[in-house]
Amino acid sequence: MIRTTHVFKQYADREVIRDLDLHIEQGECVGLLGENGAGKTTTLRMLACLLLPSAGSIRVNGVDAEEHPEQVRAELGYLPDTPPLYDEMSVGEYLRFAGKLRGMDAARLKRRLPEVLDQTGLEDVAEQRISTLSHGYRQRVGIAQAVVHEPAILILDEPINGLDPVQIVEMREMIRRLRGAHTILLSTHILTEIEQTCDRILMLHDGRIAAEGTEQELSSRLGGRGFVRVEVRGGDEARAKALALAEGLGFSAHGAHAQTGALDLEGDAAGHPALARALIEAGLELARLEPRSSDLEEIFLQVSRGDPPVEAPESATDAKEVSS
Amino acid sequence: MSAATALHVSPWRSCLQVYLRDLKSYFRTPSGYLIWAVSLLLDGLLFNSVAIGEGRRLSTDVLQIYLFNAAFVVEAAAVVLSMRLLAEERATGAQLLLFTSPLGEAQIVLGRFFAAFSLLALITLSSLYLPALIFVHGKVSFGHIAAGYLGMLLVASSILSVGMFVSALSPRPFVAVLATAALVGSMELCYFVGRITDGSAASFVAGLAPVWQHYQSFRRGLLDLGDLAFFLTLTYLGLLASMRVLAGARRR
Repeated sequence: MIRTTHVFKQYADREVIRDLDLHIEQGECVGLLGENGAGKTTTLRMLACLLLPSAGSIRVNGVDAEEHPEQVRAELGYLPDTPPLYDEMSVGEYLRFAGKLRGMDAARLKRRLPEVLDQTGLEDVAEQRISTLSHGYRQRVGIAQAVVHEPAILILDEPINGLDPVQIVEMREMIRRLRGAHTILLSTHILTEIEQTCDRILMLHDGRIAAEGTEQELSSRLGGRGFVRVEVRGGDEARAKALALAEGLGFSAHGAHAQTGALDLEGDAAGHPALARALIEAGLELARLEPRSSDLEEIFLQVSRGDPPVEAPESATDAKEVSS
Repeated sequence: MSAATALHVSPWRSCLQVYLRDLKSYFRTPSGYLIWAVSLLLDGLLFNSVAIGEGRRLSTDVLQIYLFNAAFVVEAAAVVLSMRLLAEERATGAQLLLFTSPLGEAQIVLGRFFAAFSLLALITLSSLYLPALIFVHGKVSFGHIAAGYLGMLLVASSILSVGMFVSALSPRPFVAVLATAALVGSMELCYFVGRITDGSAASFVAGLAPVWQHYQSFRRGLLDLGDLAFFLTLTYLGLLASMRVLAGARRR
């Protein structure tokens, strides 16, 4: 559906995208993850035909984006980081305008508009002027304009940017509702967003895809290692006993929490149940055993530090081969 | 997949949508009314104080002086209007709705240009009551008034297209209006520079002044093909350059 081949983008003397090869299949929901300045927005703008690559090719449904941008845009819905709104228009009027720009006739708009207002939770403000809407509602109008013409592909640039926690949950639900109907590519620098909404993750670092795969595939590249915080009651003696047991199971100490004295340990995530069992069997009162960071966060930190991506362990590769 | 069967998009139908939206937007915000009111106020003041004046004048002279002043008012209104053409939406980010829709640079530029031109034509034609007073009370021909107003519409289109080009290059509306005013002002000044320039360059330099040089025939009620060609060429070049700037922005 979307395929980029050896795409480079240079602004003046700065290369922001380097040799970008990505492939997105129909119906996928793909998250583009990267720290600020990694090249996420530039990538999305090239896919939306707002920018041309300095080199390489972008094809959407087999159509070259440089040669036939109008054709490609007809297949796309795009939400930029700031929604492109006309403040003096009402929500309904704006959506009708967006639909007509994309070639929708009056009959189709009449059918589609109530659906979009319902999908994006905008029925109550349909007649309201956009200038009077809150940030969360403006973001919804931005999504509504991107989906009004039922595009095959939806590109969302930081859709939860600036939203409060309640609005983030609502937006997440909205994106989930859209998943079946569109191929979605969304960018964010918020990990939980990707974890909860996307099928596949592309991690961008310094203009390159540094890692990609499902959350499970990426976790397996970490070798299943992660941080865990263990809190046992009974003072220093109990903590020392817990640490000795943990080290015996292959965990290594990474310090202790200043107030509670809880131990921060690093080790195989699969060993957490065994650790819990050992602590309890040793007569220690286990108050907490909490993974400190998700595997995805670890991968993201690795990538952000510019560390080379860890190869998937042989067992994981074998498992994949068997299942395929 | 339930997503769209690809829609057939007629670019010129989309262009019409851009035109209609822009035209409506002038009347939904104070800016359109403000430009209209100030233009009519200036036309009235200049008609009363400069064209009619205190001494006795032939009605043809009154009409000529009025048309000449009104052409400058149209020029100033075009400069102010041009800032909204592209720079304003670039500043707010709203332009991305158009740029991610399946329409080309030509449709965006032409839709916006004709919306601004329609407003300016409405403003210009609404001042017709002033020459109508001369027509009723004095001796001027209908053709003289028609030529004068045709010239004003040509001034409007050419300055708007120059303004659109500057607006396409400007990051902010305020910068666009200042830069357009400076450019158009410099072009008008060329008339005076031409008068003190020796040799064959003199007519070329003076020929860059839209109103001072090329509106003279229209104010006299004449239709000069050279002047007509000047305004149409300037309009065409301004629009073409605007399209190129928008297309070039994708490459930057």
